[in-house]
Formats: sequence, C-alpha cells, structure tokens
Amino acid sequence: MGQIISDLSGELAQLFVSILSALPAIIGYLALIFLFLFLWGIVKKRLTPTQDYTSLKTVTFGDESTVVSDKAASIISVVLIFVIWGAFTGTSWLPNFLHAPGPFIGQDTFTYTVETEDGTRDDATVTLVSHRAGELPETPEITPGDGIAKDDVIVVQAYRTKLLSWDANDDVTRSEGAKIVAIDGREITRETDVETGFARVALTDKGTLNIEPGKGWQMESIWLPAPDSVVSRLMSVSRDGYQNVTLAEHLSYSLFRVIVGFFLGALIGIPMGYAMGLSNWFRGWFDPIVEFMRPVPPLALIPLVIIWAGIGEQGKIILIFLAALWIMAIAARSGVSGVAITKVHAAYSLGASKMQIMRHVIVPNSLPEIFTGARVAMGVCWGTVVAAELVAAEKGIGKMIVAASKFQDTDIVLMGIILIGIIGFGIDVLMRMAEKWLVPWKGRV
Amino acid sequence: MPGLQIQNISMRFDLPNGSHVQALQDVSLDLKQGELLSVLGPSGCGKTTLLNIVAGFLAPTEGSIILNDQPAIGPDAERGMVFQQGALFEWMGVRENVSFGPRMAGKRASEWAENVDHLLDVVGLQDFKEKMVYELSGGMQQRVALARCLANDPDVILMDEPLGALDALTREKMQGLVLKLWKETGKTIILITHSVEEALLLGERLLVMAPRPGRIHKEYRLPFADMGVGKDLREVKKEPDFGERREEILGMIWDMEEEIMGRTEESA
Repeated sequence: MGQIISDLSGELAQLFVSILSALPAIIGYLALIFLFLFLWGIVKKRLTPTQDYTSLKTVTFGDESTVVSDKAASIISVVLIFVIWGAFTGTSWLPNFLHAPGPFIGQDTFTYTVETEDGTRDDATVTLVSHRAGELPETPEITPGDGIAKDDVIVVQAYRTKLLSWDANDDVTRSEGAKIVAIDGREITRETDVETGFARVALTDKGTLNIEPGKGWQMESIWLPAPDSVVSRLMSVSRDGYQNVTLAEHLSYSLFRVIVGFFLGALIGIPMGYAMGLSNWFRGWFDPIVEFMRPVPPLALIPLVIIWAGIGEQGKIILIFLAALWIMAIAARSGVSGVAITKVHAAYSLGASKMQIMRHVIVPNSLPEIFTGARVAMGVCWGTVVAAELVAAEKGIGKMIVAASKFQDTDIVLMGIILIGIIGFGIDVLMRMAEKWLVPWKGRV
Repeated sequence: MPGLQIQNISMRFDLPNGSHVQALQDVSLDLKQGELLSVLGPSGCGKTTLLNIVAGFLAPTEGSIILNDQPAIGPDAERGMVFQQGALFEWMGVRENVSFGPRMAGKRASEWAENVDHLLDVVGLQDFKEKMVYELSGGMQQRVALARCLANDPDVILMDEPLGALDALTREKMQGLVLKLWKETGKTIILITHSVEEALLLGERLLVMAPRPGRIHKEYRLPFADMGVGKDLREVKKEPDFGERREEILGMIWDMEEEIMGRTEESA
C-alpha cells in the first residue's frame, strides 16, 4: 500500500511538472482570448448598435437570459485554432510572417578546434547542409585546407541528428589522443553543448561530434501534420483508399455497426423500459440488472465480447447493442413514470381502455424522454464503436486510424479524428431535427 | 331513480408507520339529475378524496356510489372529470383532444365532428380549433378541457378545482361559462373549489366539509346559481344575502383551520 501511494505521488509530481511546462502556452492562449475580446469590442463600437429588448437591459451580469453565444467569438475561436495549427506546422495556407520559426534548412559553417596530446591546436571548418525529409541535396565540394585538422562536410535531415567522425580525414586521430576542445572558439565538454546559431553541437563519449540542426518552433509532421497535408490526405484516401480499403467502406462499416446495434438496443430496451414502468414485477425483476449494468462502461466489455464473439461484426454489434440497451431501457422507464396521473385519469374517465391509454397517452407521453435517451445512446454508441475498432477490427474508421498510427501516418490519424468528430456531431444534429419534427411539444408543457 | 347517490362512504387507510388516517367518515349525499353541488372545506377535509371515489379512481373502504340505480365501480365514461390543469394531451391538437372520448368509443368522424365543432363554438374557441394545446393560454386550455368532457356526454361531471390555476379575470369569465353550460346541458355537476365566492356563485347546493375525519359539516341550498345564469356575476355578488352567506361560511372555515392549527401546535 505504501508503495502504491509513493508511486502515485511520483506520478502526480510528474504531472505537475508537465502542467507547469504547459503554463506559458495556456497563459498565451488566454491572452489571445482577451486580446480578441478587446479588438472585437473596438470593431463592434463602429458598427451600428442594435436596440433590441436585451441590449436595453441594465442588469446583464447574473441575468442568464442575456448570455447568448457570441457568433464572432465562435468564428474567431475556430479560425484561431487553424491559424495556430498552421503556424506551428508551416502550412502553405498561411503567409510566411505568420509561421513560427521553422527548422534550419540550407548550408552554414562552424569551426572546431583540435588539441593534440602535446598541446598543439588547430582549427578546421565544418560545412553543414540540412535538408527537408525526402529531399537529397548535393554534397558541396570543399578543399581540405591546411594544418593537422582538415575541413569536413556533413549532410543532415531536418529534425535528425548525425555523428561527425571529424578525425577521419585529419592528420591526428582520437586514438592518438587528439580531442576537440572548442566549437566556434567556445569551449565544449561532454557536459556542455555549443549552440552555433543554426545547430546544436555536442561531444559524445567517444569524442565524435553529435550535430543537430536547429529545430525551430515548428512541429515535425510526424507529430503534427500541417492542415493542408491532412486535407490532401483526405482527398487521396477518399479517392484511393488506405491499405486497400476505401474511406467510404471504413465509414460505412462503422455507421452500419452503430445503426444496427442501436436499433436492436432500442428494440429490446424500450419494451423493457415500458415493462419496468408499468409493472411492479418487471420493475423488480429488471431493476438490479439494469442498475448494475448501467455503470459498467461498454468499453470494459470489449475483452469479454471478443472472447465470446470474436472480432467479427457480431461482437461489435453486441457491444453497441449493450451500450444502447440500458440507456434506452432507463429512458423508456422514466418516460412512462413521468406521465402525469391526471392525464391517465382523464383518459379513463373519457372511456379509454388500457390498450387505448397505452397507445394514445403513455407512448406519446414517453416520446420526449425516449428521444433524449436516444440522443445520449447514439453518442455513446458512436464513441464505443470507434474504441472497439481500435482494439480489433478489419474495417472501420477506428481501425483506419489505429493502422495509420502504426505506420506513423499522423495525417491520416488526424483526418480520422476530425471525421469521427464531424460524424458524431452530424448524428446529434440529425437526432435533434427528428426530435423537433416528431415531438414538437417537448419542453412546452 | 336517475341521479347520483353517495351512500355512507368511509375511507380509512393505513400508513407505513402503523397508524391510520380516517380520510372520510360516513359521507352520504343524494344528487338529483341536473343539480350543481359545490364542495368547500379546509385543506385535508377529504374533498378531493371524495371526488376520486365518485370518479372511481379510489375504492372506498365502506359505502357505495350509485349512478342511475346502478352501482358505479371504477372509472367510466358516465362520470367525466375536469382537472385543475395538465390533463390535456399535448401531442394532440385542440380538435383531437375534444374528440378523444368519441374516438376511443370507436365512433366515426361523421358521428362526432358536428358536435365537437359546436362545443368548441360554445366554449369560445371557434378560432383555435386547429391549434396545438400547448399554444393556448391557461384559460383556453380549461375551455378545451370542459369541451372535451362535454363531448363525451357523461351523466355526471366532476370538477376538481377547474378554475384554481386561472387569474381572477379569466376565472370570472369561466365561472359564467360553467353556469351557462350547466343550464344548457342539464348535467349533474360536483365542483370542488377553494374559493368561497365561487362555491356560492356556482353551487345550487353547497357542502361545507370538516376535517379529521373528513365529514359533511353543513349543507346549504342557494339561489345565486339560478340568478347568475345569463347575468353579470358581479351583480349577484352585490346581493345582500350573498355577502352574509360568504361571511358566515368564511368564518366557519376559519374556525376549522384554527382548530387544526391549534391541534398541531398542541401535539408538537
């Protein structure tokens, strides 16, 4: 127990350090929010002021009805995300002055100083050529120069490092006791590196030089691809597919699982909820099952479902079915329980039979609750299907991003995440539209 | 004998803590066809319980309800009910609500359409027939509830504070409407209310109930309902008799309330 506590407090300390290191970025972002608030305030003043009822209120702080989402803030916020994303990936969509400093690309030189065993020193020049991934520049021709140390050339890809065996062409070698003591006239040891302005030079244990061209502030595309490369990936994947499976196929499989699983869950869950809402016996029977299963996240069932049903479609549909079942059962139950007794009494005293009360009073009365449940269930199902595909699937949007991550195709991963978000949002919008159309009385009673 | 007999109704139920409540004790009442009875009493006197027993939503522990010489058990279409609020079906339009009874009885539209239209005209909703009920004001919703009850043509109409949730002006208009409908249709009506004025204005007979156990305290026969038919109700209220009766009954209910308060203070 004590071990666990000390381990966990170690984790907590690490987390705290990470948060501290992210603090400048958080503060910078907050500063941007307030900066745009200020700037938009100035712009707004120049526009003709509207004089509607709300704008004439003197008490706005604390009046919930005066707080409406500011469209300008939403637009600026979304644009800013893309600008930040583009700035730190050097996208071609943004003008250069908005880019964060990029990695060093091109050619520059630094000198190193060799000291032999007897104390004599000599300088030589290293020409560093740094290039982008996928490009192969020509190695420049140089003359070796005079003295015991001869000039070198090294070609390094941006964001990579390379070792320079400087003594390969020199008159003295490391085995004879020669060593490097300075870079560009500044002392270098194994503990202290030297920044030349375009590269970082370090001394290895064996005495060679480890050369790392400057990285700048931009992210390497393997960490964060530029928005334009995500879009071009979207184009190419939707045209040619990824790993012999088209994007439409990936998406269709995911949506198929969600829709079939959700439909089955509603098909069983709604009658189950009705039974629980209408009968003591069924409520008593299903209550312990539902109350136990509801807090179990569907994701925790993935291993068991794989053991039982394998990694085929059945397993995933069972999982989605279980994710939807309890939510729909509880929604239907509370829909039935929520029927005002006066409505039921009124229907009886108007001569309605039990079946008629079910059909004309209880079912329509429970529809708003069922729709709320269906919206929640759809969201959970969509999340569950993606997670299930991450674990085991042959096709599906989750499978696509996990396969891409293994090949470090970060642009596909990012594209998949954005598609998952858009589709999840689209499902919710569709559900809300259906709700407005089918239960227009919701919230107006 | 047509009419409604309430015979020796007692209602006593057990509480989870082992004690019991005597909600009603030996309540008997004989209502002739077409009589309008209003029921008054302090809270807890069992007037809503009595109404629920008459409607058939509750079974009394003793006694019986006889309607037109037949014992009435359970709810049915002969005893229509108008609730205070929230009993309309929001998922239906005004016309569907009003025609609910005939439709559930399996009647074809041709059989009820004319009557439903007529009733909607009578309650003053001729311009709102195609609306959804949630688009109407509280007063209009109660008009729909009245029309819905009448469209089913019950023998007895039970009203549980039907005007209690309305503002004073709307309430006065609706009181006039209830009187008018009563006279035009000749229905037997039991009306529960908290308002002494309303009970006096609408009740041909007036029952004052007393609490613990719920029982009939005093019964009146009143002339005001007949006076008020087709007349300005404010004129009726100016009658010297009206004021006297009001003070008398108010005093009676005040005394009962004070007694309840006193008793709870003693027991506390």
